[in-house]
Amino acid sequence: MSDAHGHGDKPFLAHHFEDEDHQFDSGKLGIWAFLVTEILFFSGLFCAYVIYRAMHPEVFTFASNALDTQMGAINTGVLIFSSLTAAWAVRNAQLGQKTGLIVNLSITILCAFGFMGIKYLEYSHKFHLGLFPGDKYEAKEGAYGDESKGNANTVAFTSPDQEESSEESLPGVAYSLGDTQEAELAEAAEALEDHSGEAHADGDHADGDHADGDHADGHAPLAPWNDPNVPESTKRKLKIFFGIYFCMTGLHGIHVLIGILVLGWLLTRAIRGHFTPTYYGPIDFAALYWHLVDLIWIYLFPLLYLIN
Amino acid sequence: MTAAASTEHDHAEGHDHGDHHVLPLWLLIGTWLALMGLTVFTVTASTFPLGAFDLPVAMAIATVKATLVMLIFMHLGFDKGFHSLLIYGSFLFVFLFISFVWIDRGQYQVDINEKEQQEIAIDLGQ
Repeated sequence: MSDAHGHGDKPFLAHHFEDEDHQFDSGKLGIWAFLVTEILFFSGLFCAYVIYRAMHPEVFTFASNALDTQMGAINTGVLIFSSLTAAWAVRNAQLGQKTGLIVNLSITILCAFGFMGIKYLEYSHKFHLGLFPGDKYEAKEGAYGDESKGNANTVAFTSPDQEESSEESLPGVAYSLGDTQEAELAEAAEALEDHSGEAHADGDHADGDHADGDHADGHAPLAPWNDPNVPESTKRKLKIFFGIYFCMTGLHGIHVLIGILVLGWLLTRAIRGHFTPTYYGPIDFAALYWHLVDLIWIYLFPLLYLIN
Repeated sequence: MTAAASTEHDHAEGHDHGDHHVLPLWLLIGTWLALMGLTVFTVTASTFPLGAFDLPVAMAIATVKATLVMLIFMHLGFDKGFHSLLIYGSFLFVFLFISFVWIDRGQYQVDINEKEQQEIAIDLGQ
């Protein structure tokens, strides 16, 4: 916020603020308002996740085997550590510890790169197996094997319907075949902790409906990952799981990249000695943004990677 | 425009605005350790077959982690209440958003099922 009109000894105090505290408070309010919009931004994707998982839990159970829990956990650890260093950087700035500030900002940025690196590994592995978002989805053999569990028995996912026209299943559109009856709605409604009273009424008349004739294995939500008898209806919907997965983690990844740019810019300013114990707003606000990125991942991780 | 400094400088010392509370180092590191521990816990918990409780347990642990990040790292526990109001307000609206969509989710299920039965019939017929 360097400003030609700034007060003499405070080059970064913009002229329309009374003092540095006023500027800080205004900036803080601004970043919180922005974070609120970010939460609402992501909530759209979370909504898609909630609805789709509630209506097709077996799809999520099966598809989650294509995700590597270990990598996700490592990424979680990396982001949490970067949150620590970001908060520590704010402390450094408040106390005028320039070296500490530079070190902590640098570590935060490195962690962000590490996160993106692991993300790159995950994505490229998925693309190898044909697991693309949207139209390009074409799962190859072994796509749903679980490497993190070290199990050599990968799923031979060769369905004769892979050449089906992909126009009928657009990502984000919740198709559902005949087997997804109220039974699964009721089961999912119990399994999820959402408390919308009206939805639970569905559960009353569905209890007897569990054994659905279409399923070869009896009841899809409990299909083990190496079960070749996964019903056709589930396979048809797997691409939608990946649409949701790539959108959520992709959007989150874009936010990490933006964070890298912002933190990098702040790092150059810190090196030039712009920040003082009375002017450290940008560090504080960028750290808040970074914590939000971490917050979102804290929820993404169990929702995507820890499905059983 | 003259800065309205003449009458305003009095209250500068009062610090009725400008929160410069510095987080103690032990609190920062302690929170980090707690977050790491909870991460290990949630991964471990996911390996136990809890049936219908899988998701609620995972979400509960995630919420504890989120609360730690918000209250301590994001400083909400020490800030003026308005910031907390903002973020909890946003959670409320997210909840409303998802709730209303949730209520509607089965609305057209019959039509969807019908259409897909037709599609399967066509597929099988070919």
